[in-house]
Amino acid sequence: MINKKYSSVSKAVADIPDGATVQVGGFGASGSPIELIHALIDQGARDLTVINNNTGNGEVGLAALIGNGQVSKMICSFPRSSQSRVFPKLYREGRIELELVPQGTLAERIRAAGAGIPAFYTPTTVGTVLAQGKESREFDGRSYVMEAWLKADYALIKCEVADPLGNLTYNKTARNFSPLMCMAATTTIVQTKKLVAAGDIDPEHVITPGIFVNRIVEVPDPVHEDILIAEGRSYP
Amino acid sequence: MSAGWTREQMAARAAQDIPDGSYVNLGIGIPELVTRFVPAGREFIYHTENGMLGMGPPPAEDDRDLDLMNAGKKYVTAVPGAAYFHHADSFSMIRGGHIDVCVLGTMQVAANGDIANWSTGAPDAIPAVGGAMDLVQGVRHIYVITQHTTRSGEPKLVERCSYPLTGPGVVSRIYTDLAVVDVTADGFQVVELAPGVSFEEVEDKTGAPILPPE
Repeated sequence: MINKKYSSVSKAVADIPDGATVQVGGFGASGSPIELIHALIDQGARDLTVINNNTGNGEVGLAALIGNGQVSKMICSFPRSSQSRVFPKLYREGRIELELVPQGTLAERIRAAGAGIPAFYTPTTVGTVLAQGKESREFDGRSYVMEAWLKADYALIKCEVADPLGNLTYNKTARNFSPLMCMAATTTIVQTKKLVAAGDIDPEHVITPGIFVNRIVEVPDPVHEDILIAEGRSYP
Repeated sequence: MSAGWTREQMAARAAQDIPDGSYVNLGIGIPELVTRFVPAGREFIYHTENGMLGMGPPPAEDDRDLDLMNAGKKYVTAVPGAAYFHHADSFSMIRGGHIDVCVLGTMQVAANGDIANWSTGAPDAIPAVGGAMDLVQGVRHIYVITQHTTRSGEPKLVERCSYPLTGPGVVSRIYTDLAVVDVTADGFQVVELAPGVSFEEVEDKTGAPILPPE
């Protein structure tokens, strides 16, 4: 019988090795899988390449993973924000690499990886420094830049409701990159607020079909990055 | 000193040019004020890059939903008829030409429609682009709201951008505190002057040739 359920976040992330590429869901605080990220901090894998729209906030979640020296490279669209201090410091000290990718291109590169499309052409970045060194081509008289898929070994995802088969629903704008990352990673690890029986999610309402999900951990009362930061918390 | 337009008046003036039923994406800063000045009888649907159509105003502090944010990471609400979707769908709406109007702030805009609003190119700056390059290439009409000059008085409307481009030749209209300016085949063209502002003042504060109102 298929049952993707894991009993704890620590067991779910236990096999992530040094040097892995890890996609982390969330856009800013919303949809960030804090419990899974903190389990990865406890686990200690290093030299990670992390893919996320941002670089985390405060000293919790993704920012704490970076601050703990576990990330050697970030692939993201917007590495700074008002609450982002850890990444900027390491970047200025030359201790972490950055690949800057426009947000829509980041999303489509992840989607392409999940869809088996090795590359695609986009108008985004045409005529800018971010297109330098990239192959370009004209279609219908307009110039486009080629971008390659962005695969990952693991994805860490937060969802609202899951069933044991891995079917997922999300809550509002906490969805963001997560359905794409579920598709693109070799091993997708999901923390869900609520775990229900197969059949309890209306098939018409499934956002991520279970085929894209490998491991599910129930985290009934997940912490939220903004609340942790407001409370002045840090991790570990 | 000139009278000119306030931030609110600039946003209100831009709102006048957005047709009823438009799907609109608003940048951070003065463009966000456009929502307050929707002309009577018109309805705009707001898109936010992180996955929603039908974005509503900010909630009261006690009513905020931690899973409901806009692209600026601020808490927002959803209007009746709103829809949520993932990032690839959201940027398909942008790149695929489905969004009608995008109103952006800027650091510089050039007489040929080039826009530079993501980086100063300074060596110690941490580059951050977000969705700006997708928006300027994909949305049908790119409007800019900006002060006519920087705080130190440097023109923001220039012959050629000195900062790294967000996109080339994409801006169609600019709303400043002094004037509404179109980007035309002949360069900048004043469409309308703010009350109490002379064309000579606009010309003086613009870093490129500019044509007077017709």
